[in-house]
Amino acid sequence: MPLLTQQIQDEDDQDSLVASLDNVRNLSTILKHATCFATKNGIKVTVENAKCVQANTLTALRMCYQGYGYPLRLFLEEGGVVTVCKINTQDPEDTLDFDFCSTNVINKIILQSEGLREAFSELDMMSEVLQITMSLDKPYFRLSTFGNAGSSHLDYPKDSDLMEAFHCNQIQVNRYKISLLKPSTKALVLSCKVSIRTDNRGFLSSQYMIRNEDGQICFVEYYCCPDEEVPESES
Amino acid sequence: MRFRAKIVDGACLNHFTRISNMIAKLAKTCTLRISPDKLNFILCDKLANGGVSMWCELEQENFFNEFQMEGVSAENNEIYLELTSENLSRALKTAQNARALKIKLTNKHFPCLTVSVEMLSMSSSSRIVTHDIPIKVIPRKLWKDLQEPVVPDPDVSIYLPVLKTMKSVVEKMKNISNHLVIEANLDGELNLKIETELVCVTTHFKDLGNPPLASESTHQDRNMEHMAEVHIDIRKLLQFLAGQQVNPTKALCNIVNNKMVHFDLLHEDVSLQYFIPALS
Repeated sequence: MPLLTQQIQDEDDQDSLVASLDNVRNLSTILKHATCFATKNGIKVTVENAKCVQANTLTALRMCYQGYGYPLRLFLEEGGVVTVCKINTQDPEDTLDFDFCSTNVINKIILQSEGLREAFSELDMMSEVLQITMSLDKPYFRLSTFGNAGSSHLDYPKDSDLMEAFHCNQIQVNRYKISLLKPSTKALVLSCKVSIRTDNRGFLSSQYMIRNEDGQICFVEYYCCPDEEVPESES
Repeated sequence: MRFRAKIVDGACLNHFTRISNMIAKLAKTCTLRISPDKLNFILCDKLANGGVSMWCELEQENFFNEFQMEGVSAENNEIYLELTSENLSRALKTAQNARALKIKLTNKHFPCLTVSVEMLSMSSSSRIVTHDIPIKVIPRKLWKDLQEPVVPDPDVSIYLPVLKTMKSVVEKMKNISNHLVIEANLDGELNLKIETELVCVTTHFKDLGNPPLASESTHQDRNMEHMAEVHIDIRKLLQFLAGQQVNPTKALCNIVNNKMVHFDLLHEDVSLQYFIPALS
């Protein structure tokens, strides 16, 4: 996603950071308490919850920041009406490094989001965990919950129309606290595709591809660590 | 005391219904004042309302093809009634495609405003739906508190932006703070500002236009860009904006610096004035 820093820099020499975005609606639904990392390639906004979940969005936004001690200024314009937000900044806490790298990825699938949306909205909230199973043969990709009323399993076969890519090297069964995954539902609802990867420690990386009205694409990434060790034989 | 009135025109009926819906959104309980030429919906600035007052006025002959009233006495030819606004708007919901609407003052065990709606019917016989709205007759000694508010000389008078836009901005701001500053100048600029420890948000509306100044002389050396402002309760502003389902024919905002904001609207031929005082 191109940043308009070239143009803007001439007007705002004072500011260390200036960036611009046409449509902030998607960003606003995802952000709560955020740490911003600005690089030449774009802006990463990181949100953490209980140090176990991390969500990153790569987008550009019209923000001006003069430096340490100054508030972050956001400029929003719609229909000739300009809204200016000055947000007081805080000293950032170190964000967790999930140490999730592609070389350690064992299983990876890419699904069309419409297939997952209904599943996620119907997840049994009585269940403390969501269990994700990825296997070389049936059920291939299974979401399971264990609630008071019973357990439920949702299977996605690898040859389903919704499954865009299915790469499974070894059977993995991992459980994640549902409360930690719930925030990712917002990104799921907005997205068209999702990639789910698990590494050798059972850490989950889910990436949501969101395409907005103008055709611009942004990604929201979630990391979550597994809840507990689950023996591989359990399914 | 007597009152009976009838509306047969569909457009008038719909307009009257819209006004009643607006009043129901603006004031839970209000006073209906009936006089030979006008109907007024009044909310006076008691503490219970948080100091907000409202004065809505319509010319009866623009709505009713029959209108007869007899006030409390010959010298005081007016009727003041207190009612729950929603009761009237609910009764009028029935009147959407009615042939006629009749309103009259009755006494059915207790004083009522009886609204009868004659429904359009496939067959020749007509159906009538009647609503008895309980009311309280307001005694003469309390009338002085229910007079048209005196509009003080504003520091700034400015035309409002599209109310729907204003409402969506204020709705979002309400999540951040209970207080809001509304400020405007004679250069067509109006700002809505909220401020908390963590964040300051200001929305700027430009090129709104100002009505011609009342007296040129006093304002000649006025600084056009100087803002007049009021701190108000955001919920009161939101309640006012939420009541405006349709964009008014004319919408004016008058600010008396640090004292109050006065909204002066015209919905076709019905005028609405709404006063929000400054937070103390």
